[in-house]
Amino acid sequence: MSNIHKAFENGKAFIPFITCGDPDLETTEAIVRAMEKAGADLIELGIPFSDPTAEGPVIQEANIRALSAGTTTDKVFDMVRTLRSGDDAVKVPMVFMTYANVVFSYGSERFISTCAEIGIDGLILPDIPYEEKGEFVDITRKYGLDLVSLIAPTSEGRICKIASSAEGFIYVVSSLGVTGVRSNITTDVGKLCGAIKAASSVPCAIGFGISTPEQAAAMAEHADGVIVGSAIVKLIAANGRNSATVVGEFVKLMKETIS
Amino acid sequence: MADSKGRFGIHGGQYIPETLMNAVIELEEAYNHFKADPEFNRELTDLFNNYAGRPSLLYYAEKMTKDLGGAKIYLKREDLNHTGSHKINNVLGQALLAKKMGKTRLIAETGAGQHGVATATAAALMGMECVVFMGEEDTKRQALNVYRMKLLGASVVSVKSGTGTLKDAVSEAMREWTSRIDDTHYCLGSVMGPHPFPTIVRDFQAVISREIKQQMLDAEGRLPDAVIACCGGGSNAIGSFYNFIEDKEVELIGCEAAGRGIDTYETAATINTGKLGIFHGMKSYFCQDEYGQIAPVYSISAGLDYPGIGPEHAMLHDTGRANYVAVTDFEAVEAFEYLSRTEGIIPAIESAHAVAYARKYAPTLDKDKIIVITISGRGDKDCAAIARYRGEEIYE
Repeated sequence: MSNIHKAFENGKAFIPFITCGDPDLETTEAIVRAMEKAGADLIELGIPFSDPTAEGPVIQEANIRALSAGTTTDKVFDMVRTLRSGDDAVKVPMVFMTYANVVFSYGSERFISTCAEIGIDGLILPDIPYEEKGEFVDITRKYGLDLVSLIAPTSEGRICKIASSAEGFIYVVSSLGVTGVRSNITTDVGKLCGAIKAASSVPCAIGFGISTPEQAAAMAEHADGVIVGSAIVKLIAANGRNSATVVGEFVKLMKETIS
Repeated sequence: MADSKGRFGIHGGQYIPETLMNAVIELEEAYNHFKADPEFNRELTDLFNNYAGRPSLLYYAEKMTKDLGGAKIYLKREDLNHTGSHKINNVLGQALLAKKMGKTRLIAETGAGQHGVATATAAALMGMECVVFMGEEDTKRQALNVYRMKLLGASVVSVKSGTGTLKDAVSEAMREWTSRIDDTHYCLGSVMGPHPFPTIVRDFQAVISREIKQQMLDAEGRLPDAVIACCGGGSNAIGSFYNFIEDKEVELIGCEAAGRGIDTYETAATINTGKLGIFHGMKSYFCQDEYGQIAPVYSISAGLDYPGIGPEHAMLHDTGRANYVAVTDFEAVEAFEYLSRTEGIIPAIESAHAVAYARKYAPTLDKDKIIVITISGRGDKDCAAIARYRGEEIYE
């Protein structure tokens, strides 16, 4: 078992997502520290991928910016190593969000054992559904990481088997489609989370399309946590190397609103 | 937990977002039902024969045979199909299946535009809505096909993300499918993607080798010694190979696009330069860097300009049952011109990759050997691009 459960011990969890290396890794490091200080309960770090098929335009562009800046898996590992060491070490649980090929091409065991060594608590792989998780979950368990399961509005008939084998937390996808800001979330998330809660005691957090404090508060009524990605990545796109303060303020506002 | 489906050796599988899982499960169930349904098969055969113009000819290329001075050469003329390529075989099958499933909208990716045109054609025929995703770069290279799709009533989305080529069109079509599943079928154009697509597309394209086998027995009373086809994702190649896989004496040769050469970065030869990976729903071989970032591949042929290969081909490569060779832009262009002059047949630049390899291979074989080259499409769409390659600016 990883430290992910600690993220859900402080009221409703606020889980921000950022793409590592956007616009560069020094900025990512500063943003992570600012987000921890602002009350983030769990931080989702995206390792950039050339072809992120589950992402909308905002995060696609962040991936391109990060790769253009020369970000690699090894450099991301180094950044996390720095974050987790020294007197000012970051303590908040952190997970990597990336695509299967980034893990597989590095050597799945080499990737996951490095995660454990540098203090990463779990993995979110949006292109690994329940049917394919076998080749990764044996290794994540061996090294004490949680492989986070996703459940979508289209998961009818699958919720029970996914939820009952879930670990860390369950990532509830709020809407059809890819990541990105939405003005409306039309899925009956209350019903979806209810079905998940009936099948599992693992905490669940809702993501996809959540950008405003009002949306976050509405979602937090149904779940144990709220994930926000594109809205933060947009702030970084606008503020570049000066993003840490702005993102910190945003995270503080969101955490206060859902608490 | 080991319930991963659709494996070809270690390849294949269903590496897709959870949002799409029930859609591919529903597709698999529908396909398993309808492939055994005599009425479905009767309708499909009727479409093949009375709409697409099947069976396609197996043509003895006498002049080419004499010129090369080796094996006897037959051409499987998929270029003569309605819409001008083998793509129509798969599209008619999938569109009919989608219609039976109650879907009213088809989406598709396209590289050269052949699959997009075929999908737009089937949608027009069956009264379905159609949206085709095409890389921005390809919409320029294949402007005529963009016009054809629009003429057929489809809307064409120019994909600007990534390299603006086929892989980005596939990614965008997958994203679109994730956002709209209820009424929409993703009509994937090659033997790739998540299960059940590699199997469905293969089964619909297998008509090519079924016909070759019968036509060859009729013409020569025996099986060919080799079957040669171009191979990007690999749909015409698997269609040409499939019914010969158990006939071990038949050599199977897939021709990949080497672009400017497999020793350069400007190549799309997946088996020759790629490594094992997970992308676009499948485990297979992909052109990628040391960190698994998918490579911006290159070929003069928009239809072969894809960084991956279907999982069944990856398995046929692993087992050694099929052999995958690399053919450069230059060799393909020479073959494009050669077949035009020698036989009066203008092949698609994709198919010209297979012709190019045959030009090297046939002379090394005895005269009593027989090879079949699949001409997967016709080359009208490529004339302007080849003219430009030769330094001549012409306008379509």
